[in-house]
Amino acid sequence: MTRRRRRPGDALAPYLMILPGWLWLAAFFITPVIVMVSLSLQTGDFIDGFRQTFHFSTYADVVRTYHVQLVRSLTYGAIATVSCALIGYPVAYWIAFRAGRHKSVFLFLLLLPFFVSFVIRTQSWNVVLADHGVVLGPLKDIGLLSADFHLLATPYAVIGGLTYNFLPFMVLPVYVALERVDPKVIEASTDLYASRTQTFLRVVLPLSLPGVFAGVLLTFVPSCADYVNAGILGGPSTTMIGNIIQTEYFTNLDYPAASALSFVLMGALLLAVFTYARTLGTEKVLEAAAR
Amino acid sequence: MTTTVAPAAEAPATPRPRRAGRGRRPTLTLYTGLVLAWLLLPIAVMILFGFNDTHSKVNFTWQGFTLTWYEHLFAIPNLTSALVNSLTIALVVAVVATLLGTPIGMALGRYRFRGKGSVDLLMFAAIAAPEIALGAALLSLFIVMGVPRGYWTIVIAHVAFCIPYVAITVRARMVGHDPTLEEAARDLGAGPWTAFRLVTLPMLLPGVASGALLCFALSVDDYVITSFNAGRTVTFPLWVYSASRTGVPPQVNVMGTLIFVGGLIIAGSNVLFSRRRAS
Repeated sequence: MTRRRRRPGDALAPYLMILPGWLWLAAFFITPVIVMVSLSLQTGDFIDGFRQTFHFSTYADVVRTYHVQLVRSLTYGAIATVSCALIGYPVAYWIAFRAGRHKSVFLFLLLLPFFVSFVIRTQSWNVVLADHGVVLGPLKDIGLLSADFHLLATPYAVIGGLTYNFLPFMVLPVYVALERVDPKVIEASTDLYASRTQTFLRVVLPLSLPGVFAGVLLTFVPSCADYVNAGILGGPSTTMIGNIIQTEYFTNLDYPAASALSFVLMGALLLAVFTYARTLGTEKVLEAAAR
Repeated sequence: MTTTVAPAAEAPATPRPRRAGRGRRPTLTLYTGLVLAWLLLPIAVMILFGFNDTHSKVNFTWQGFTLTWYEHLFAIPNLTSALVNSLTIALVVAVVATLLGTPIGMALGRYRFRGKGSVDLLMFAAIAAPEIALGAALLSLFIVMGVPRGYWTIVIAHVAFCIPYVAITVRARMVGHDPTLEEAARDLGAGPWTAFRLVTLPMLLPGVASGALLCFALSVDDYVITSFNAGRTVTFPLWVYSASRTGVPPQVNVMGTLIFVGGLIIAGSNVLFSRRRAS
């Protein structure tokens, strides 16, 4: 009785609805990636033009030349992600279990940074951490720090900036996962004489892991590929792969090398993400990510 | 009456969540407070230094309170035009991406069809791919095609990365929707368009609105993809980034503060609006 009737056109409807947006993505997402791969296999220079030569050794060349920055990007990204998880998990836990009636207020506070431009937020750290700024200035004046001590242009500043910028992306999915933990399960654990620590380690933590996985995904990819933090807070010794890609495109005009590097970065990160998502199910990760 | 009923009705929904008691273990509370303060510190710095009576171009140390930067908000023509570019681009992007993304979200939320998995995958890949790769790929396309970069290439790029966000937001809204309502409208003689306009659309509207707002926010804020496809066009984030090397003028703080306040007002009214609809 409640079964849906099929009307003529029903079978076509989803395709017609998807088509316009799909065409846009085909033209400006799928095609560009293919073009980028093709460009990475060309040789030539900016003045004489580039020809398709399937010169695969460009890939070997860029990896050899820039492996330091590649490894550095992945390392910074990994450290920032772990820091986000360590800093963010207790916050998510507190909001989920201890914030009581004011949960939404604290979630809102967590979202506030998104109302300020990413570049301005990072720039604000530049002001705070400046060599004679509000933090270092007074400490230097009273002689606690030597006059040439600086935080900017160090890995600490860049990783700190990355951790700062991507922290909410970790806290929110973890919060969602913790929020879904059935209080009855916790009660059952307590009734069975589990201590607080045992309840947390054996019940709450495992149930919240999907949230942590989603958070890792949402922080690791953008922080590895980020170059705004390295650009504003970093120096020559903290150059990340994003900075290199930009230089190759705009300063060196070496399009094949730039394309190859971008593809290596995207390939590496997407591969990591997909193997990660495969083990958990794409839908689940997407859902968690969309919240 | 309602005031006496409400707490009683709420009580069983939250079965003793505060068993531990907030007062007994203040460490975690204090810690959360510190992290939130850390998260909000740059916002405070931004707002504060918009009132800073600085005389040099470098806005690093506190010199005293002034409103002069609010008066001379548009004193830097380049900065003003960058802001105007950002806002108009975001508006166009929000409209186009919402028009293209909403039907995708509806289709994914309602129908089962061959190829659904690949559309899901495409949305996932577009969101999961690092921004820099999207920007670089589009730049490669424009270079190969000989398209000069500028205002419209920024719009194209932004729409491309916004569509999946709209689709996912709308889909989430669609999943909770009962398709029989629309069936009922059709049975009562409404055409497909009328049924959509009178039944599906009003229900979908909060999802569509938050999708559009999300697009606007993502577009206004985007640095990475924009920097690859902007050519000589300068947007607000691009201007701030390039100024960060020499010193950011206080007008940037003022504009950031105004965008912040505006965003809060819009988001707040959206929440209120959808709450009123829900009740």
